[in-house]
Amino acid sequence: MSRYIARRLLFLLLTLLLTSMIIFVVTQWLPGDVARVILGREASEPALAALRAELGLDQPLPLQYVSWLGRFLTGDWGTSYSTGEPVRALVLERAGNSMMLAGLTLLIAVPLSLLLGVVAGLKADKPLDATISIGSLAVVGLPEFVTGLILIEVFAFRLHLFPANSSIRPGTGFFEALPQLVLPALTATFVLLAYVTRLTRAGVVEEMRQGYVRTATLKGLPRRTVVGRHVLRNALLPTITVLAISFGWLIGGLIVIENVFNYPGLGRLMTFAIDRRDLPLMQAITLITVLAFALANLGADLLYAGLNPRIRLE
Amino acid sequence: MSDEPHRALEVEGLTVTYRRGQGSLDAVRNVSLRIAEGQAYGLVGESGSGKSTLALAIMQYLPENGLISGGAIRLAGQELATLPGEQMRQVWREQIKLVPQDPGSSLNPSLRIGDQLDEALSDGGETRGGVRERSLEQLRQVHIADPERVAASYPHQLSGGMQQRVLIAMALAGQPSLLILDEPTTNLDVTTEAAILDLVCELVQSHQTAMLYVSHNLAVVAAVCDRIAVLYAGELVEDLTPEQLRSQPLHPYTVGLLDSLPRVGQRAGVDPLLPIAGNMPRLDEVPAGCVFAPRCPIALQLCHELRPDLEATQQGSLVRCHRWREIQAGAVDLRAARPANVTAPDESLSGKIALETKDLVKHFPVRRSLREALRRTPPRSVHAVDDVSLQVGQRRTLGLVGESGSGKTTTARCIVGLVERTGGEVSLFDIALAPGLDGRDAAVLHRLQMVFQNPEEALNPHRTVGDVLQRSLERMRGLGKTEARQQAGRLLEAVRLPPSYLDHTPGQLSGGEKQRVAIARAFASNPDVLILDESVSALDVSVQASILNLLTDLQSEQGSAYLFISHDLAAVSYLADDIAVMYLGQVVEIGPTEQVLQPPFHPYTEALLSAVPRIDAAAGIERILLSGDLPSAVDPPGGCRFHTRCPRLLGEICRTQAPPWQQAAPGHRYRCHIAPNELAAMQSPAFRDHITTVSP
Amino acid sequence: MAGNTTGGGSQPASLATHERRALPAVFTRWWHALRELYARPSSALGTTLVLVFLAMALFGPLIAPYSATEQISGAARQAPSVQHLFGTDHLGRDVFSRVVLGARDILALAGLGTLFAVVIGTLIGLFSAYRGGLTDEVTFRFFDSLLALPALLLALLVLGVVGPSRNSVLVVLVIVYVPIVARVVRSVVLSTKQKGYVEAARLQGESTASIVRRDIFPSVTPALTVEAGLRFSYAIFLVASLGFLGVGVQPPNPDWGLMVSQARPYVSLTPWALYFPAAAIALLVIGVNLAADGLKRVMLPGREV
Repeated sequence: MSRYIARRLLFLLLTLLLTSMIIFVVTQWLPGDVARVILGREASEPALAALRAELGLDQPLPLQYVSWLGRFLTGDWGTSYSTGEPVRALVLERAGNSMMLAGLTLLIAVPLSLLLGVVAGLKADKPLDATISIGSLAVVGLPEFVTGLILIEVFAFRLHLFPANSSIRPGTGFFEALPQLVLPALTATFVLLAYVTRLTRAGVVEEMRQGYVRTATLKGLPRRTVVGRHVLRNALLPTITVLAISFGWLIGGLIVIENVFNYPGLGRLMTFAIDRRDLPLMQAITLITVLAFALANLGADLLYAGLNPRIRLE
Repeated sequence: MSDEPHRALEVEGLTVTYRRGQGSLDAVRNVSLRIAEGQAYGLVGESGSGKSTLALAIMQYLPENGLISGGAIRLAGQELATLPGEQMRQVWREQIKLVPQDPGSSLNPSLRIGDQLDEALSDGGETRGGVRERSLEQLRQVHIADPERVAASYPHQLSGGMQQRVLIAMALAGQPSLLILDEPTTNLDVTTEAAILDLVCELVQSHQTAMLYVSHNLAVVAAVCDRIAVLYAGELVEDLTPEQLRSQPLHPYTVGLLDSLPRVGQRAGVDPLLPIAGNMPRLDEVPAGCVFAPRCPIALQLCHELRPDLEATQQGSLVRCHRWREIQAGAVDLRAARPANVTAPDESLSGKIALETKDLVKHFPVRRSLREALRRTPPRSVHAVDDVSLQVGQRRTLGLVGESGSGKTTTARCIVGLVERTGGEVSLFDIALAPGLDGRDAAVLHRLQMVFQNPEEALNPHRTVGDVLQRSLERMRGLGKTEARQQAGRLLEAVRLPPSYLDHTPGQLSGGEKQRVAIARAFASNPDVLILDESVSALDVSVQASILNLLTDLQSEQGSAYLFISHDLAAVSYLADDIAVMYLGQVVEIGPTEQVLQPPFHPYTEALLSAVPRIDAAAGIERILLSGDLPSAVDPPGGCRFHTRCPRLLGEICRTQAPPWQQAAPGHRYRCHIAPNELAAMQSPAFRDHITTVSP
Repeated sequence: MAGNTTGGGSQPASLATHERRALPAVFTRWWHALRELYARPSSALGTTLVLVFLAMALFGPLIAPYSATEQISGAARQAPSVQHLFGTDHLGRDVFSRVVLGARDILALAGLGTLFAVVIGTLIGLFSAYRGGLTDEVTFRFFDSLLALPALLLALLVLGVVGPSRNSVLVVLVIVYVPIVARVVRSVVLSTKQKGYVEAARLQGESTASIVRRDIFPSVTPALTVEAGLRFSYAIFLVASLGFLGVGVQPPNPDWGLMVSQARPYVSLTPWALYFPAAAIALLVIGVNLAADGLKRVMLPGREV
C-alpha cells in the first residue's frame, strides 16, 4: 500500500511538472514576442528591449521556465497585463466561487447518477434501462450552453423560480448564493449525469456476469443481498475513478456555464483573460485548475486503493 | 420406475433450448438420468456435448436465453422446473449445491473468505461467533490446516487449489442432498487436481451425498464415480459403470474416447492412439439419424437415417446404438475400422544434436519500490529459468514437462528468441543463436519454428487460411505467388485438411483445425526444429489424439526434431524419446522416456506420475501428495528447490545444499541428494499403465 | 522481392484481380453496417439525423434561400414565416439560411479534426506500442500530461495564445484528440501483440511494418471506428462551445455556437435566432451520439460503454 501511494505521488509530481512545461511553452514561447504582446504593435524597439530584460525574456528558455516555475511556487504569480492587479488574489477569489459551484454540482450529480446507473444496470435491457440509457446517451454531448439556455428559458423566464443571471458579488457565501447557484449547477449536472450513469451501468452489468454472483445466488441468498452485499461493492469501486475523470469534464463545463450565467468563477475569468491576451492570468488559471484536477485524481486513486483489498494488501 | 423412494435426483426426457436471434437450438435433447442417494454419478463429454448446460439446467440456473423446453427434473421427488423463485431459493440454500469450474472468479474478490462462508451457513437464528465457529469447522473438514488465517484472507491471497477447497467447504454447508461439481479441477495443476479428487472422494464417502460430477476427462470420472453417463452432441449415448467402461464399453463414441486418451508410457511408435475422425456437429447441424453416425467407423445406412433409442443391456448399462449387440458379441471390430496410420520416425537417421541449450538462464527483474531504490536494496528478479541444459537430437523428440510456474514456456520462448535470455547459450546444429530475434538472420529463423498453445489466437482472424500459408511460403521459401498457392494446398494436405480450406477464414474452423493450420504454417519452411508449447492442451481428447498422431507422421516425413512442451505427462510420454522434468525454473530429471518413467525417479517426477488420473486405476499406486503451494520464483528456496514440498525430504542437507546430479543409468540423470539405489528402493515400480516392449 | 522468381506478367494481373475483389467487399461491409444501424430504432434515428445534416452540409447553398451574411433591408427581427422559415435576426439575416449553411462549417471542422487526429493518433499508437521500450514510455507519459489538462481548457489556452480562426480550431482538435486516439489504439495493440499469430509472424522474420499492417491494424479497426464516432461527437461539442465562447469560428461566419451567443442579448426580441441554431446543435449531437452507439453495437458486440 505505502508503495502504491509513493508511486502515485511520484506520478502526480511528474505529470504536474510535464503539464507546467506544456503550459509554459504554450504561453511564453508560442506567442512569439511577449514584450510586443504587452506593449502593442507601435512600441519602440528600446522600450521592447527594456521590457524583455525586465521580464527575463532575453534568457534561454529552460532558464526562463525554471525561474517562472520558481516564482509561481513561491506565491509570486505575477501582475495582470490588463488590470495591473496581482494575479494571485484575483484567481484565488474566483477559484473559491468555482469551488462552490462545483461542490453543489457534485452534491446533486453524484448520488443521482450512481442511482440511475445502478438501476439501469440491474434492469439491463429492460424498458427502464432503455429509457435511462437512451436518455443519458442523448444528452451526453449536449453543449452546456444549450442545456443552460433551455433551463433558463424554463426555470427563469417561464416559471420565475431562479434568476437567469448568477453574477454574485465578491465574498458572497454559499447559502447566500444558493438561489443563483441552482441553475448553473443543474446545467453542470447534466454533463456529469450522462457520463457517470453510463459508466456505472456498465460496471454493474459487468459485475452481474461474474462467477461470484452465481455463487452468491446459488447460496440461496435473496436478490437484495446478492446485489447489495456482493455486486455493488465491486461495481461501485471503479466509479471512483470515473468520478475523478468526470471532474475534468466538470472543469471544462464550468468554463462555458459560467459564461452562460455570468457567474464570476475561474472560467469566466479565463475567457476574460483570453479576450485581453492576459498571459499571466491565463497561466495562473490553468495551473491552479490542473492542480485541482490532479489532486482529485490522486484522491480517487488513494480511495480506490484503500477500498480494494487487492491493492491494499499488496 | 420413479416409485423407488431413494432417488436423490431424477431427470426425465430433459430438453434444453437456447434462443438465438430468430431461431432456437437444442443444446440438450431428451436426456434422462437417475442418481440414488449417496451415489457418485459422472457426466462425461467433450466441449459442445451439452454437459455444462445439463448441469445448469438441473441447478435451474440457465442463462437468460436458455429454457427447459421439455421433460422433468425432480430433486428428492420435488419437481424443480416449475418451482417458483422463492422456493427455488430455499432449494439452493438447503438441498442442491454447485462447485464451479473456475474457483478464482467464483469467489467475491472484495469479501473475506470467512464472511463468504458465514453467509452460506447462517440461518439467521445464530450469533455471529457461532456461525464463524461452524465456518472454521467447515474449512477444517476440507483439510485446511489453518482455517483462521484462510477465513481472514481475501480470495486473491489463496492459491487455486485452496480456493477450490473453500468452494467445496461452502457447497457442503448444510448437508445438501445433491452436489454438482462442474469441471472442478480443470484449470488446476495435476498434483493439485489429485489432492482435490482425493478430497471429493473422501467427502462423498463420509457425507453420503448424491453427487453429479461433470468433466471432460474420462479417467477422472472413472476414478471418482460409481456410474458414468457419456454425452455427445446433447444426447446421452451410453450410461455404464466404471468397470463396464474399462472392460467393455459398447458405444463407438465411448470406445473412440478411450482409444484417444494416451496413457502414461504409451508410445506413438509402438501402440498408437486411435482418434475419432472429424468434429462434433454444431448445434444447428445435428444429423437426422444417429448423432455420432458421421464420425462412426461402423455406421450403416440405417444409422444415418434413423435415430437409435437408448436400450438397456443385460448387464444394466444403457446404450444408444443400432449395432451395440454386434459390438458386444465381438462381431464388428471397432478398432480395425479405424486404422491408426502412424509411421514412427526412423531412428537410424538420427545422430547429430539439432538443438542445444547450455546453462540457459532467464531472470525477469522485479520493479523496486522507491524505498528499496533509495536504500540501495539489490534489485530482485523472478528466477524463471535457471541453468537449463537440454539437447534435442536430430529427428528426435524431447518432452519438457512440468506444472505451471515451472519455467517450461519461458525456456521455449528464450530458445526461439521471443524472450531475450539473461545467460547461457542456445545453438542450432552448432550455430550459436543470438538472444533476441533482431540478432538472428532469416535463414536461422526459418530453421527453428514454434506452435503456440491457444488455437483461438493461432491465426490472424482477418486472413484466409490460403493467405496465411501463402505468406509464409513466400517469406520463407522465396516462392512466387502462384507457386506459393500450390504449395499451400500441399501443406494443407500434409496436415490432413482438404484443399477447399484455403478459402476458409479462421472463424469457420474448429480449434483442432486451426491448430493444424498453425502446424502447417510452421512446416512451411521445413524447420530443423519445431517447438510445440502446450500445442494440444486446449483441445478435446479425440482431437488431441489425431494431432499427436499427425505430429508423429510429420516427423517421419519431414525429419524435424521436436521440443514438445506440456503439463500432461501422458501426452509427453506418447511423443517424446526423451523427457526433461522441470520444477521452479530448473530441470530436475532428464533421460530416455522409458527410464524416466521407472524408478529411480526424482521425488517430484514421482509425485507427478502418481497424480496422473488413470482410467485403469492401476493397482498398487499410492498417491503421493505434495504439501503446500509452489514457492515464489522471486526468492526460490535455498538448497534443493523442491525441499519445501518434498515427500522424501532427508533433512538439513536438502535445505542448505544444492543437490548433485545423480546418474541413474546412461543418459538418465536427476538432481537429488538421494542416491539411485536408495531412491529406487523407496519407490513403487507400478506406475506405468502400459508395459512397453521396446527397450532402449 | 519474394515474387521476383515468377514471370513479370502474372504479378500486375493478380494484383488487379485482388483490387477488384476488395473494392466491392468494402462497400458490402458498409452497406451491411448501415443495415444493422437501421435495425435498432435509436440508432436508426441517429443515423437519419446525421444523414440529414450531412445533406445540409453538402447541398447547403442549394437549399438556403439567402446568403449567410446578407442583411435583408427592412426585414430585421421578423418572426418565423413562410418567407423566413426560422425568422430573421437583429441584423436582418435569414436564420434558416444561416443554420443550413452553418452545417458545413461545423461538420467540416469536426470531421477534418477527427480525421487528422485519428490518422495521426493511430500511427503513433500502432508503432509506438508495437515497438515498446523507452520511446513508447516517454510518448505516453507526455500524452498523459496533455490529458491532465481538461480538453476545453487546453483548447482555450492554445486559442487564446495563437488567436481564434478556423485553422487554429482544427489544430486544437488534433492536439486534444491525438493522445486519446493513440491511447485507445495502443491498448488494442498491446493485447494483439501477444497473440500467437503475431509471434508466429515474428518468428518467420516478417518486418515490423508488415506485421503492423497485416496482423495488428485489422484488429484495431473496430475499436478505432467506434472511437472515431465518439471523437466526432465531442468534436462537434467542442467546435460549438468554442464558437459560443467567441474563440472559435469568427463573425460573420454562420457558426451555430457563435449565432447562439450573438443572439443572446436579443433573446426577448428574437428568441428564434437563438433557439433554432441551439436546436440544430442539439439534434446533430444527439444524432451523432445515437449513431455512434449503434456503430459500437455493430463493431464491438458485447462491449458495454
